[in-house]
Amino acid sequence: MELKGKRVLAIGERDGVNGAAIEACVKSAGAEVLYVETQCFV
Amino acid sequence: MGFPVITSVANVLAHVPGLVRYGSKPLRDLAQEPARMDDIARHLRSYEDAVAYGPNQAFLGNIEPETLRTVPRPWFNAPDRGAPSEGAFGDLIGEAELLGLLKLCDRARLVQMDEATLAAAAKGLVGRRMAAAAEMEALKPAAADAIRRAVESGEAIPLWHGDRVVGSMARGHEADEALTANVLLENLAGKATGVLALRRLLAQVDGRLGPDDIEFVVAGSEEAVGDRYQRGGGNIGKAIAEDAGLRRATGFDVKAFCASTLYAVFNAAALIQAGTFSRVAVVAGGSLAKLGMKYRAHVAKQMPILEDVLAGVAVLLERDGGDGPRVRLDTLGLHTIASGSSQQAIVQELVMGPLAKAGCTLTEVDRYATEMHNPEVTEPAGSGDVPLGNYRLIGALGALKGHIPRTGVDAFIAAHGLPGYAPTQGHIASAVCYLAHAARAMRAGTMRRALFMAKGSLFLGRMTEMSDGVSFLVEA
Repeated sequence: MELKGKRVLAIGERDGVNGAAIEACVKSAGAEVLYVETQCFV
Repeated sequence: MGFPVITSVANVLAHVPGLVRYGSKPLRDLAQEPARMDDIARHLRSYEDAVAYGPNQAFLGNIEPETLRTVPRPWFNAPDRGAPSEGAFGDLIGEAELLGLLKLCDRARLVQMDEATLAAAAKGLVGRRMAAAAEMEALKPAAADAIRRAVESGEAIPLWHGDRVVGSMARGHEADEALTANVLLENLAGKATGVLALRRLLAQVDGRLGPDDIEFVVAGSEEAVGDRYQRGGGNIGKAIAEDAGLRRATGFDVKAFCASTLYAVFNAAALIQAGTFSRVAVVAGGSLAKLGMKYRAHVAKQMPILEDVLAGVAVLLERDGGDGPRVRLDTLGLHTIASGSSQQAIVQELVMGPLAKAGCTLTEVDRYATEMHNPEVTEPAGSGDVPLGNYRLIGALGALKGHIPRTGVDAFIAAHGLPGYAPTQGHIASAVCYLAHAARAMRAGTMRRALFMAKGSLFLGRMTEMSDGVSFLVEA
């Protein structure tokens, strides 16, 4: 997927990939991150 | 002096289908769509089904968690009808008993209960030696119509047993959001299950120790007791100690999300190691907010709502506890601010940290207790098998470090991991629920060493984006 120029809502998961990690990845691919959150489901 | 000894551990459960509606998720949904209560009611389990449920039997210590590997899934379709509600580590009490405990623990006189429920509670709790007949007889039943009037006034919420309203929980203030009836019910449920666990702990050491022999109590629950000027002000530890009869003790709380109770254990051990006290109890009551957390998925998949139990744990640590299992305070694994929040970073700190301090390899630890959530609860909602995910990460990191071969992760999990069996009561599921099993095995000479690790989702409180965690080794 081409992320450059896209706007992203990053919802991470504690036991998987957290929000901050998603943010770092998509930013490095040129996306603009509008919202970041990490959820915990237990 | 060696490290402090874990001399007794209690694990208790309370089956509370009538309180599922007050769990955070059901409560929010029912406010929007009251008709959902029909779905919830149709999928609630009977007490007999909760007792016969394998994971609950594992929690109570009547079977080892590993035994669940031999039971076909879904476990709720493989009940053991001969299983007792009395457990090796504590009992699974019924809803009337829990409601009676709420009344017993209600120092603020906000709970009303009908006579029949109090009588059933007394019969059960006295029979289990969890309450004295005199203290149950001293509880005054609600006057005729008082429960209905309290609920209709809007100042109280109803307490259900089956399809009947049998009691009520009143608010503590007319305008304080920290003292609403729902908040107070959550706090009182945590207190009552903590009292149940601590009373069970006392029953286990009866004859050797009495309530006056315990000097300090550290609570590691997840509720937030307080009023509008100090939400979460706390010290439910002292409140639990009072109603468990520990007249010479005082205490405090440790708060760190799901890692709270494990933090409490190492704090208690450190207080003993420092020479401050010779006996400290750790206690944690159940989380009402987490009842029915995944009920929508359970209803959608036509299965019982499995998040229908409150859990409680109590642990006694002593300076002169003989040859029992010891908390290796020299192996603490701590997630520091510099550690980073990736799962790899957390496991590096919490597993490899203690192993390095103890000079052990991965396979020299008999069992790893992580977040022991029952996968049957979490998988239908898409949250996966939490303990298995932890074990894969531990195994992978062990392979990277050369402790096991790269092809040896599954074998490592089979030999050193456990199936999840704990209800989704975060701070109790997070490793501490395995202390009783490990202590029993170490006393029996079948286990030498276990690692306990818990993680805390600090970011949920919006004060930081960090995670957290704590771990340590327990050794025979």
